[in-house]
Amino acid sequence: MTSSRGAQLSIRFVALAYLAVLLLVPIGIVLYRTFEPGVGEVWSSITTPAATSAFWLTIEITAIAVPLNTVFGIVAALALVRSRMRGKRVFEALIDLPFAISPVVIGLALFLLYGRQGWLGPTLSNAGIQVIFSVPGMVLATIFVCLPFVVREVVPVLREIGDEQEQAASTLGASRWQTFWRITLPAIRWGVAYGVVLSTARAIGEFGAVSVVSGKISGETVTLPLLVENRFSNFDLAGAYAASALMAVIALATLLAMTVLQRKGDAR
Amino acid sequence: MSTTTLTPAGPAPASSGRTRRRTAARSGGVGGLGLGLVTLWLSIIVLLPLAALAAKSLDGGLGAFWDSVSSRQAVSALKFTIVVSVIVAVVNAVAGLAIAWTLVRDDFPGRRIVNAVIDLPFAMPTIVAGITLLALWGPASPVGVNLAYTQIAVALALLFVTLPFGVRAVQPVLIELDRDMEQAAASLGARPLTIFRRIIFPNLFPAILSGAALSFARAVGEFGSIVLISGNVPFRTQVSSVFIFKQIESDNAGGAAAVAVVLLGVALSMLIALRFIEYWGNRHDV
Amino acid sequence: MKPKILLSTLAAAALLVAGCGGASDDSSGASASSSSGGGGKTSLSLVAYSTPEVVYDEIIPDFQATPEGKGVSFKTSYGASGDQSRAVLAGQKADIVALSLAPDVDKLVPDKLVPADWVTQTEADGGAGGFVTTSLVSFVVRKGNPKGIHGWDDLLKPGVKVVTPNPFTSGAAKWNIMGAYQHGGLAYVKKLLTDHVPVQPKSGREALQTFTGGEGDVLISYEYEYATAVKKGEKNLQLVQPDDTFLIQNPIAATSSTGAAGKAFVKFALGDAAQQHFADWGYRPVNPTVLAKNKSKFPDPKSLKTIADYGGWSKVNDQLFDPDKGSVAKIESDAGVSTAK
Repeated sequence: MTSSRGAQLSIRFVALAYLAVLLLVPIGIVLYRTFEPGVGEVWSSITTPAATSAFWLTIEITAIAVPLNTVFGIVAALALVRSRMRGKRVFEALIDLPFAISPVVIGLALFLLYGRQGWLGPTLSNAGIQVIFSVPGMVLATIFVCLPFVVREVVPVLREIGDEQEQAASTLGASRWQTFWRITLPAIRWGVAYGVVLSTARAIGEFGAVSVVSGKISGETVTLPLLVENRFSNFDLAGAYAASALMAVIALATLLAMTVLQRKGDAR
Repeated sequence: MSTTTLTPAGPAPASSGRTRRRTAARSGGVGGLGLGLVTLWLSIIVLLPLAALAAKSLDGGLGAFWDSVSSRQAVSALKFTIVVSVIVAVVNAVAGLAIAWTLVRDDFPGRRIVNAVIDLPFAMPTIVAGITLLALWGPASPVGVNLAYTQIAVALALLFVTLPFGVRAVQPVLIELDRDMEQAAASLGARPLTIFRRIIFPNLFPAILSGAALSFARAVGEFGSIVLISGNVPFRTQVSSVFIFKQIESDNAGGAAAVAVVLLGVALSMLIALRFIEYWGNRHDV
Repeated sequence: MKPKILLSTLAAAALLVAGCGGASDDSSGASASSSSGGGGKTSLSLVAYSTPEVVYDEIIPDFQATPEGKGVSFKTSYGASGDQSRAVLAGQKADIVALSLAPDVDKLVPDKLVPADWVTQTEADGGAGGFVTTSLVSFVVRKGNPKGIHGWDDLLKPGVKVVTPNPFTSGAAKWNIMGAYQHGGLAYVKKLLTDHVPVQPKSGREALQTFTGGEGDVLISYEYEYATAVKKGEKNLQLVQPDDTFLIQNPIAATSSTGAAGKAFVKFALGDAAQQHFADWGYRPVNPTVLAKNKSKFPDPKSLKTIADYGGWSKVNDQLFDPDKGSVAKIESDAGVSTAK
């Protein structure tokens, strides 16, 4: 052990106390309020047509946005750490920027770009491509808010592991792709995994920006977070909590999947 | 779970055509095409909308831009937002490290569950987070505290939604950390604190900064989860994102864009500064 | 190298395909043509503010049972009135707009999304003034009315805390301020906002949530919001109707791009059946017959002012609610200074 028993316990205590107060109690409250009306109620709440379509829409958008973002993230991380590149710091800061933009502003910016009088709106609409008030716009907004995750998770790991193994592989004649697939990717997989988990959680839970560009068309462009807001507005708090619980389940399932995949990678 | 680093069988081969090509760029990089694609992606997704935003902010000319951003409410909201976001980033850096440490290096009953729920603040829709925080820290609080509509409440809400950043930024690096150096140092008689200070912390520093940067950025842009518990009292608990929303609702999209641009400028500067610190800290590494 | 190029191309293609495939969301295609396109089925897009969703859920099936509504499918969108108005401006398809206050519809006129004479058209269908429902600015207190609130002056009693949404984040919240304004002018509004309103939540619904969460003694709200909340199970609330108050008027309009079906729906919403649905949920019908039938539920206050009494929304927005020069904006600014220690 690299730390004394005393230090270990005190760190554990501080960390868990912090978590308990900040995280576990609120989550406990949400769980309690969700299941207060009873499991049957919760079930019927999440199997309504509106909830079902919201569920599938959320999955659809997440399933498009997260893989795209992951690919971008890995490539960008490699570029930032391994390649010679001018203005790296600015590039990195730009990647982090999407977070700092409030959802309202993201919506505004996307309106200005893809809206009826926006820069690209009329051109796209003449070409028959519907971006805003439709799934692509929602995917764009989701990618926007998830952009930094995978990059930020992978970059520190890449720096930590160094590139000696890749150098060795190159020496032995491996191609770029082989080096990446066989050496780099397995080495960064925990960074990628947590990046994916975070992106997925964020993609599932994103409300503001998606809300503005979705048009909130019942049964078509209403995701789970939008459904939660809708139910809240209609004084259906129990229904709102039930839909949130569904979102939490998806997030947990993603983490579980990622952990299982990583463990399998370990066992190999 | 940590990987052991393979060292090459011998020194790298002496200059040859291959080596010269290799040293031009570090091994494992992505080359020109990868870089180009990434830049293109970044431009379409981020830069283009931001350009549209900047253009809108200058709709009424520089004078109007200045008027929008220099109003007392705008400035007050900006100050509050930046200050509270910095505090949140710092707290997250410390707490994130402690929590990640406990999750990776420690073992206790329920560890897996705790690990699983760390990301839930992300997955939770902001209105639910808002209602829950209000229930916990507000007038009807079971604990008897009433922090609602105070600046502390805003900080608490932000800490809640940015918690995953601090933890998950450090966690993967901690997992991949090479234990050999620590064990070597321990066998040479170094005390745990020294090992932490000299070996572990420098390796974690970039990740910690990364998590702090992300927390800061997210805190600056957060809207939904704080809007309920903050009460939006101007000059006290009103954050920039709410101020911007007010402008939009009052049909002042240009003014909203202007304040948004300034907020982004400040956020960008802080993020770049953080990156410089990170690089400076890293400069002795590979 | 090849697999990576393939991956990137696939990714880009996926996004593009999703763009064209996005037409699956919008069955009448991506063009801005009228809703009665395509052989056979008509689709109407209703863009409305959030609260009347429960009512339209009942009205729409009734409409679809009529000859004009036969075979008409609906796409509905509900959200904050201001957000919805901005969305339609940015290109959201709408055949009927039913928003919380008239300016949100007027905003659509310059770009010709809504005909300039929409008020006249709605009136022709039976909606006096262009409105589909009205309501009153009222007080919501805790059951039993522990603080004895009966009128606007009671809000200024020492120690009474009032919750009202911010009129600058919620256009619809302006009704509440107008209620206060009609009672005691700017002096009253100043005293109210400065000394008695600790927080101003973002929207009416959030204000109610804040109130039920334990904050404040009185919530300024709408009569129908209270009725809907109670019908949906909110407990421990009581309505207090002050003697003098302000009339809330909610507009409805058929957009420029709509066809016969859209116009028929507006007419239906103003007809007896639909108006009775509104009445059941606490909205005051504009239809005189239905209003008379439900009179017991909707007592008249002794004094009622409307926006027309103050010169209309454009005048009021300029004078009171302009974020830079408006009197209420100034009051809010000053209030911030005086309470900030």
